[in-house]
Amino acid sequence: MSEDKAIFGDLNRDTFDHQDPADYMKKFRKGISEELVRHISADKNEPEWMLEHRLKAFKYFVERAMPSFGPDLSKLNFDEICFFAKAADKKGGYENWDEVPEYIKNTFDRLGIPEAERKVLAGVGAQYESEAVYHSLEKEWKDQGVIFTDLDIALQEHPDLVQKYFMKCVPANDHKFAALHGAVWSGGTFLYIPKGVKLEKPLQSYFRMNAMGMGQFEHTLIIIEDEAEGHYIEGCSAPKYGANALHAGCVEVFVGQNAKFRYSSVENWSKDTYNLNTKRAIVEAGSRMEWVGGNMGSGVTMLYPCSILKGDGSHADHLGIAFANADQIQDTGAKVFHIGKNTSSKVVMKSISKAGGKSVYRGDLKISKQASDAISSVECDALILDPISISDTIPNIKVDNHSATISHEATVGRINEDDLFYLTSRGIPMEQAQAMIVNGFIHPIVRELPMEYAVEMNRLIELEMEGSVG
Amino acid sequence: MTGILSIVGLQASVDDKEVLKGVNLTLKPGEIHAIMGPNGSGKSTLSNVIMGHPKYEVTGGDVQFDGESILDLEPNERSLNGLFLAFQYPKEITGITLEEFLLAAHRAKQKHLHPDRPGILPFRFQKLLKEKMEMLKIDEKFMTRYLNHGFSGGEKKKAEILQMAILNPRVAILDETDSGLDVDALKVVCESVKAVQNASEEPMTILMVTHYQRILKYLEPDYVHVMKHGKIVKSGEKEFAR
Repeated sequence: MSEDKAIFGDLNRDTFDHQDPADYMKKFRKGISEELVRHISADKNEPEWMLEHRLKAFKYFVERAMPSFGPDLSKLNFDEICFFAKAADKKGGYENWDEVPEYIKNTFDRLGIPEAERKVLAGVGAQYESEAVYHSLEKEWKDQGVIFTDLDIALQEHPDLVQKYFMKCVPANDHKFAALHGAVWSGGTFLYIPKGVKLEKPLQSYFRMNAMGMGQFEHTLIIIEDEAEGHYIEGCSAPKYGANALHAGCVEVFVGQNAKFRYSSVENWSKDTYNLNTKRAIVEAGSRMEWVGGNMGSGVTMLYPCSILKGDGSHADHLGIAFANADQIQDTGAKVFHIGKNTSSKVVMKSISKAGGKSVYRGDLKISKQASDAISSVECDALILDPISISDTIPNIKVDNHSATISHEATVGRINEDDLFYLTSRGIPMEQAQAMIVNGFIHPIVRELPMEYAVEMNRLIELEMEGSVG
Repeated sequence: MTGILSIVGLQASVDDKEVLKGVNLTLKPGEIHAIMGPNGSGKSTLSNVIMGHPKYEVTGGDVQFDGESILDLEPNERSLNGLFLAFQYPKEITGITLEEFLLAAHRAKQKHLHPDRPGILPFRFQKLLKEKMEMLKIDEKFMTRYLNHGFSGGEKKKAEILQMAILNPRVAILDETDSGLDVDALKVVCESVKAVQNASEEPMTILMVTHYQRILKYLEPDYVHVMKHGKIVKSGEKEFAR
């Protein structure tokens, strides 16, 4: 109830739909080619190995077929997407917020980012179109060897670290969009937490697409050394244009031994965005990886954060919320591969479908032969708000070691008429009463977010619930 | 003779089964009325129909609040006008705390009464809520618990009266508020109801639905009605129930 809560309290549709003038787009062409891939690499002055990696990835992209499962992607036209565009030409972004161009600054101000930085964060990154515009990290953490910067800069300043880990967790030939990402990736986050350093406050990056028909391909590379701890939050948004935009980001997390890392994200791309994201973590012995995610936006989302429990005694938590409103398909889920002994995982997914929206839980759980005594529990709950909306659960479980303990629970429900009557009988309007019940439904997950983000999440739900009555 | 709440020849059905078969009842400001009668006589249906539960279909007659029909109003509009129903079986709502819920309800009411005033600040509301909780002897920790979630039967009934105290209705319907309360709790609840009634500028009008004589001792009605088979079959002044 303190005023901190108000950082994101005033968000409304206009906050996200605001469009900055995009004159800079005239310089950039649409469509993808080898020439473009070479141009991106040259523009960034990259080492030879990265150019080769990009070209190899581009070859995979051309060869690979579109995904054989999930939502229809046939309307996604690669020739209509701008794969690389820079608004502010400053390598790695500004370190001083005052130097960021005014209109970009205003956009992030409106989204509450600088205020959140002052109040609750240890560091902030902001990306606008293809490149970072700002990066900061508190001195305290810099002094302890933490690196938090734009990945383009990290490639220049820490080439060995980047080369050792880059796309080793998500290989470029993994699938068509990982390949595309490998070819045209730009910007993103590099986070390195050295051995034993426990970051007490979260770090955040915010990714903003502004221009029409934009593609954003930021790469997030996170290395958590042994016994280190950290929490990183990603936020994303884009205005609505009525033309397709594409987001194919990639998140790779390497969690060392006896370490702990949490990755949270609130994705709120506009409804004309294809959000085809790949997020994966490799977790070493005795460590804990936590994914907390909210997916509100995008027309089509395909996102299945993955934990590879490689080390003995490693653990993964996957907590997720998906909201599918009119014309949206939220095809989300979790993948967990148990490889080490005594590994455990917990998946809790909550989906809401409204006004014809479709939400799908797609799970993939594998217990490998050597993974003795694995424990896994999967719980997915779906709330369907009206008769025209759809929810689906597609769990895929493969067990090769029979000492495993596995549970899978799925529920599908509607908002109870008696509950609504109870709330409205106290003077609360129907729309707000429904939003309260939906917020209550997702509360077990939202409470895992820092308070300010929980408030943002609840506010986003209220925005989605607008116009749900009548 | 118009009352603040007038029920005129009210007929209602649920799943095509007629439950109310022409109920007539007039409550004047500040009066306390009790409706008694066996299970299935239509007492709770009457409460729900007055409040506007969508499950029931009104097939005849009228419900008038302050001289105007409220049958076309949504439940939240009826509440904003000053009607309150203390539920027989309050719903458990997870994910929203008692405090958050009541703040939302209080703000909706204030916005209706004083559209140009800003909403109450959370800390001021908390103070108000704490006062009312103290009056009802409800532990402060219930503020941060989910609405009715895991509350005992008695705690739920007390929480209903707490909601009434926050919303300050003009007419309160107490649907079997006494059931599930032990004698001490019943006393506290009845005293609180009276306190709310007397604190208002316009004394609150009360319609209580009950099985038992017990509550009538602590909350003395002006009139007692007996309901049977969806109709009021007998009415009398307070001595009548004894």
